[in-house]
Amino acid sequence: MTQYAVLIYAGDSAHREGAEAEQEVHDRHAEELRDADSMVAAFALESVASATSIRGDAVTDGPFVDAKEVIAGFYVIEAPDLDAALRIAGANPVIQQGGGVEVRPVAGGFIRPTARE
Amino acid sequence: MLAATVRVTRDLDLAEECVQEAYAAALDGWPGGGVPGSPVGWLTTTARRRAVDVVRRERVLRAKLPLLVVPEEAEVAVEPGVGDGADCVPDERLRLIFMCCHPALGQEAQLALTLRLVCGLSTGEVARALLVSEPTMAARLTRAKKKIATARIPYRVPEAADLAGRLRGVLGVIHLLFTAGHAAPSGASLMRADLLDQGVHLARVLNELMPGEGEVRGLLALLLVTDARRRTRVDSQGRLLRLDQQDRSQWDHAAIAEAHELLNEEPSRGRYVLQAAIAAQYAEAPTFAETDWARILALYDELLAAWPSPVVALNRTVALAEVAGVERALLAIAELETEGRLAGYQYLPAVKADLLRRAGRDAEAAVAYREALALTSNEAEREFLSSR
Repeated sequence: MTQYAVLIYAGDSAHREGAEAEQEVHDRHAEELRDADSMVAAFALESVASATSIRGDAVTDGPFVDAKEVIAGFYVIEAPDLDAALRIAGANPVIQQGGGVEVRPVAGGFIRPTARE
Repeated sequence: MLAATVRVTRDLDLAEECVQEAYAAALDGWPGGGVPGSPVGWLTTTARRRAVDVVRRERVLRAKLPLLVVPEEAEVAVEPGVGDGADCVPDERLRLIFMCCHPALGQEAQLALTLRLVCGLSTGEVARALLVSEPTMAARLTRAKKKIATARIPYRVPEAADLAGRLRGVLGVIHLLFTAGHAAPSGASLMRADLLDQGVHLARVLNELMPGEGEVRGLLALLLVTDARRRTRVDSQGRLLRLDQQDRSQWDHAAIAEAHELLNEEPSRGRYVLQAAIAAQYAEAPTFAETDWARILALYDELLAAWPSPVVALNRTVALAEVAGVERALLAIAELETEGRLAGYQYLPAVKADLLRRAGRDAEAAVAYREALALTSNEAEREFLSSR
C-alpha cells in the first residue's frame, strides 16, 4: 500500500462563513472514507481570509500563492496504486463544486499520537 | 520480453538491464551449447529469473523496498516452463501500452515512453523521431519512469469502469504519433517515415490484442488508408501534391483493401470508424472526379455529431463545396471564423484561400494564402502555399 496526500483546491475553504451546506457534503464524504478504512489522516482548513504567509523576511496577509483556487484542506489516503488512489480522490465533492484535487505520493510524515492539554 | 520482465521488477530501468543481461548470456551460451527451441522464450525466462534474483537480493538488503514484487506475480515468475511465453506475452504488452499512455503522465512523456518501451526504439531514435536532443529525451524518459515508480502508476489493463476513457487516451497517443509523422510540424521533409511505420504497427498490435473494439479497428483502418497514399503525397522534388494530382496507381491498394475489410465488419460509429470511412471514400474512388462527395458529406455530418470538433467542421466544408457549391462552403468558413476556436490554425486560411480562388475572388484568396503561409513552419507546405 502507498500513501497519497489529496490536496483540495477550491475558491475558498468550506469552513468559511455561510457555506454550511457545502461543508456538510464534505463532512459526509470524509465519514465515508473513514468507514471504508481508506483514510489515514484528514485536515480541513479555516477560510483563506485567515491565512498569513512568510516569504523571506516579509510577513503578508493571505495565501502563499495568489491564485483563483487555494488549498482548502488535505487528507492522506492509503491505496495499492495510483489508479486506486485516483478513484478515491475522484469522489471528492469539491470536483462537482467547481474545484479540484491534487494527488501526490507521501514520502514520509508524522502525527503526534495523542493531543497534549 | 521487457513487458514480461517489468512485471517482476516493477522498475523499468532494472527490467531493461535484466533483458540486456539475458541477451549477453545468450551470446555466451548459445554458440557452444546450441540455440534453444524457443529463443524468445528462453530469453524471456532468463530475463525474468534474473529480475527475480535481483529483486530478492534487494529485498534482503533493504528492509523496505519501494518497488516490491506482488507476491502472486513472483510465483508466476519463478514457475518453471513459463519459457515459451506465447500466450502470456500479448497480455503483458497490453499492460505496457496502458502504463505508457497513463493520463497521469504528460503527453510528451506518453509519446516518448511508448516509442521507447512498446516499440523498442533506442533513446537516440526516440529523440530524433520527436525532434528533441538526445540528452533532453533521456531526461524526459528518466523523469517519466521516476513518476511511474514513485506515484505507482499501475502496470495493468484498467478496470472495466475506466477502460473506455483510458483506451481513448491510448488511441490518441497512437494517432498523434502517426500524425506527427504524416505532417511533421517543422523541418524540411513533409513526412517522417519512422513515425508512420510505428503508428501503423502500434494500431495493428492493439487491434490484435483487443479484438472487437470498434474504435481500435477504426484507428487501424484510418492509418492504413492514410498511409496508403504515402508515396504520392509529394513529387520527386518533395513538393506537396493535391489529391487530384496524385497518381492513384501508386497507392498501396492492399492497405486500402485491408481497411475496407476492417470497416465492413464494423457496426460501431465512433470517431475513428467514421474518420476511416471518410478517408476510405476518398481512397476508393477510381478517379478524383468520381469521388462520392454526397456520401462523404453525410459521413462528415455523422462524425460532427459523434465528435464535435472545429477541425472536423473545417474539413467538412471541403465536401460541402463539392456538393452545395463554393459560396455555401465560404459561408460555413465565415461561421467558423466568427466562432474563433480555430484562430491560429493554419489550415483554416489555407482551405479558405482555395475556395476563394475557385470562386474567382483572387485578391481575397491572395490575402488568405499569405495568412496561411505565416502560420506554417513545414517547408514542403510553405512551398506549396507560396506557389499558389
